[in-house]
Amino acid sequence: LLNPRAGFTSVRLCNRKGLQYNSYICVTNIVALFRPLQIFINNEWHDSISGKKFPVFNPATEEKICEVEEGDKADVDEAVKAARKAFELGSTWRTMDASERGRLLNKLADLVERDRLILATMETVDGGKLFSTAYLMDLGACIKTLRYCAGWADKIHGRTVPMDGNFFTFTRHEPIGVCGQIIPWNFPLVMLIWKIAPALCCGNTVVVKPAEQTPLSALYMGSLIKEAGFPPGVVNIVPGFGPTAGAAISHHMDIDKVAFTGSTEVGKLIKEAAGKSNLKRVTLELGGKSPNIIFADADLDAAVEFAHIGLFYHQGQCCIAGSRIFVEEPIYDEFVRRSIERAKKYTLGDPLKPGVQQGPQIDKEQFKKILELIESGKKEGAKLECGGGPWGDKGYFIQPTVFSNVTDDMRIAKEEIFGPVQQIMKFKTVDEVIKRANNTTYGLAAAVFTKDIDKALTFAAALQAGTVWVNCYSALSAQCPFGGFKMSGNGREMGEYGLHEYTEVKTVTIKIPQKNS
Amino acid sequence: MAVNTLRKGKGHGEGRLSAESGPLFQEHPVGSPVRGAAARQSSRGPGHSFPRGRAQALGASLSVQRVPGEHQPKLPLIPLGSGSKAQPCLAFSLQIFINNEWHDAVSKKTFPTINPATGEVICQVAEGDKADVDKAVQAAKAAFQLGSPWRRMDASHRGKLLNRLADLIERDRAYLAALETLDNGKPYAISYLVDLDMVVKCLRYFAGWSDKFHGKTIPLDGDFFCYTRHEPVGVCGQIIPWNFPLLMQAWKLGPALATGNVVVMKVAEQTPLSALYVANLIKEAGFPPGVVNIIPGYGPTAGAAISSHMDIDKVAFTGSTEVGHLIQKAAAESNLKRVTLELGGKSPNIIMSDADMDWAVDQAHFALFFNQGQCCCAGSRTYVQEDVYNEFVERSVEKAKARVVGNPFDFKTEQGPQVDEEQFKKILGYISTGQREGAKLLCGGNPAADRGYFIQPTVFGDVQDSMTIAREEIFGPVMQILKFKTIEEVIERANDSKYGLAAAVFTKDLDKANFVSQSLRAGTVWINCYDVFGAQAPFGGYKASGNGRELGEYGLEAYVEVKNVTIKIPQKNS
Repeated sequence: LLNPRAGFTSVRLCNRKGLQYNSYICVTNIVALFRPLQIFINNEWHDSISGKKFPVFNPATEEKICEVEEGDKADVDEAVKAARKAFELGSTWRTMDASERGRLLNKLADLVERDRLILATMETVDGGKLFSTAYLMDLGACIKTLRYCAGWADKIHGRTVPMDGNFFTFTRHEPIGVCGQIIPWNFPLVMLIWKIAPALCCGNTVVVKPAEQTPLSALYMGSLIKEAGFPPGVVNIVPGFGPTAGAAISHHMDIDKVAFTGSTEVGKLIKEAAGKSNLKRVTLELGGKSPNIIFADADLDAAVEFAHIGLFYHQGQCCIAGSRIFVEEPIYDEFVRRSIERAKKYTLGDPLKPGVQQGPQIDKEQFKKILELIESGKKEGAKLECGGGPWGDKGYFIQPTVFSNVTDDMRIAKEEIFGPVQQIMKFKTVDEVIKRANNTTYGLAAAVFTKDIDKALTFAAALQAGTVWVNCYSALSAQCPFGGFKMSGNGREMGEYGLHEYTEVKTVTIKIPQKNS
Repeated sequence: MAVNTLRKGKGHGEGRLSAESGPLFQEHPVGSPVRGAAARQSSRGPGHSFPRGRAQALGASLSVQRVPGEHQPKLPLIPLGSGSKAQPCLAFSLQIFINNEWHDAVSKKTFPTINPATGEVICQVAEGDKADVDKAVQAAKAAFQLGSPWRRMDASHRGKLLNRLADLIERDRAYLAALETLDNGKPYAISYLVDLDMVVKCLRYFAGWSDKFHGKTIPLDGDFFCYTRHEPVGVCGQIIPWNFPLLMQAWKLGPALATGNVVVMKVAEQTPLSALYVANLIKEAGFPPGVVNIIPGYGPTAGAAISSHMDIDKVAFTGSTEVGHLIQKAAAESNLKRVTLELGGKSPNIIMSDADMDWAVDQAHFALFFNQGQCCCAGSRTYVQEDVYNEFVERSVEKAKARVVGNPFDFKTEQGPQVDEEQFKKILGYISTGQREGAKLLCGGNPAADRGYFIQPTVFGDVQDSMTIAREEIFGPVMQILKFKTIEEVIERANDSKYGLAAAVFTKDLDKANFVSQSLRAGTVWINCYDVFGAQAPFGGYKASGNGRELGEYGLEAYVEVKNVTIKIPQKNS
């Protein structure tokens, strides 16, 4: 099944179906997978100009996996030059049929599908993600997203416009140009694909910076992008750190657009840098403190389960995490009881191992931050129902933690924890909970659980969030736009809306001798 | 399993297929040594399992002929033909395809399909009739029931199935192209490079639409939440023509399946083979039973049964205007089914004196003669401005005379036979009418061979608007050149037709281009080009050239019902 490309040596993973693969992986072999570990520019691999490298760690063991070339301003400059060249009028990429761009994206999807196992393994080793989750969910989403955007390539229609006067007017949806894209570590591959697929389907060229915590799968994608047949310079991947490579992208005078997914704090820096430099277009997908509202008339089993997954999925490291659970008074105690029961069922451990349900947090910094917020919760008077501390003697594991009796003014009810820490609050009335749910600087996602059609639709309209789920949570798909109100971001990703962020609309008006309808 | 397999001869790759002069099999440009091996591999007995075995057998014979690279100009070996019997290897079912199974006609009747290059019978095909249409509709309805696998399927998965079908057609591209040529007479090079390329692209295009054809939410006045769902229409009858059998099949299936409909398709009696082969691929791709049902048969029986069926929700037809009238009438008299029609044309091609003359001559020739003149959008009224008229006529005649007519399997052939004897005779009739009415026959005018339905490329000059050849659709290799003086005059003359399918203008002048293109009453206007088709661009007719549009996003509209859902809510907020 696995071919000996891209530095594969002796990985023996063949002839078993699905999830059984992972039990045959040992770390020494995995390291051999991770080649090349350089900067990808112009479909070629380069050492960093500074000669620097940085280490990549396995968060489950705290061990170093390998070292990766560390891109910096100078490398970003090289990447931008390549991207700019690939975007020149008359270039292969600019003169390509839109349907051919779609074909390339479909080809890339085929390659990701072929190498699904390798990529899922990387996500697990590098990002601490459960192997089964990486294989089924992350890689599944990557493939579907690529195919979805592939389909759009030749369907991004301009318009002809019935302008007043003797004119013929039409719009062209042109690619913006060189797009800088900065990817987070929580869904390294999915976020990469969410960025590059719409950008490429609209005909842009990109300079991507993957997160320094999780650069491996992105680099592997470099080799697949080349194999798929994208022309040199269309996709360039520069691993590196935010304050250096990331800042170089957001300040760059020759990058036309920057897209960032990550913290709200850094989002502000990016927008500021864009303002200070060349007014590049900015899309941001940032943090959240998403309310999940459970009414007494809801299907309680389903509500408990969705609320649980909505928070604990991927160790709580989701921007959409339902981290403020508002439960209606009559069912509050029962809901808390069942949520604790559910949270206690976890098996923590090596995310590569079958049967493990929760892996480590991404790194020491996050690990410490989460523990510190748990402490604040205790100190501020929330009731710690379970968990509350680290787990194991190595790796960044945190026990699944549930707080009840949380009030809106506590830090754990206001700040994004980004860890396996669930806050459950009580509410009485519809008006009250709408006000409380919206009382946040964030507005990424929200959910309501009820069987009442009026309540459901009232909340669908009233909640200030880019996504509202009714009787479900975390239901994301390539067809649906995703993004934040307020300080959760600017712009939307995915769906047809996501394409608007990657095109410039050009109005062309031609004088004609005589207009007729 | 009842498989009506017609398999004569012992293998592919040897011998000759038609009686036309010249070698049937050109030296294979990619790797001729493998020919023998392919023939041996593929000459398995008929006993192997079906359809997988069949597909593998074909795969074996085709794999060596696959063209590497996107725009490889070299053609693959033709995978048909079998020894001195001059018969193709048709290792697939020639029956009626219902519920992903093969059936004999209820009447047990069959009909012959003919190789137009020789006039000989290729094989017998099951002849579907009203009873078979009824069976197919029942299967389609069952597949369309609420809760069925097809209705519950993710839209993106419908797209995946369509993409898979495109993959399979791409895999068997050479075989399908050869079938198309055998049955229809179009040059193999065209079948392979043009028809099959467009088929694959069309299916991929609509695959992409499947999860992108959005309903809307609507700011309705009052305390309401209002949205639309784009729901599939239901059972769609689709009647396809013989001039582009595979491509018209793809044009019909692509949008219908992308939007979630089920299909009962009648393929033209002249050219049923490639569509039946595709039926196998539809099954192999994994479409649920009953989603696509394919019935070979005749218009007055099977076609009429579809258009007057009380349980078919929509009918789409491509063919003659005359039959289009019948279909619309049948729909009206039965259940008011939705109707889309893509019919005839008499498309004007206007050459202004400032045009690039080489290009205009070239394109005007192509516009008419492509596909033996058997195109609904053929540029069959070539209007040339006075001051360049003589030169244009002279060069067009030169070009027509140089056109290579012959065995469609010969890679050098530009023009094959007309599709059947009826068309052949009709075209020759038009040519004599043209002469009788006073048009100047400048070249051609006769049959081009002793057998088969070949007609010489024919050019008429000094054609007047009132002549029959300037008003009626000839659907053959007969070019009419007319003279005009002014732009206003030519627009009026160009629009003086009951048809309105396509039109073109050749000019370097921006104002003229815009003015003429906006003035012409036609569904498609080409400027400085002709016959430019892409799945992205809608196609269809004004006036008696049709109703509705195919292809593009517009093409999806014919295959959905818009459902408006309005919900009372306690309080509206913007």
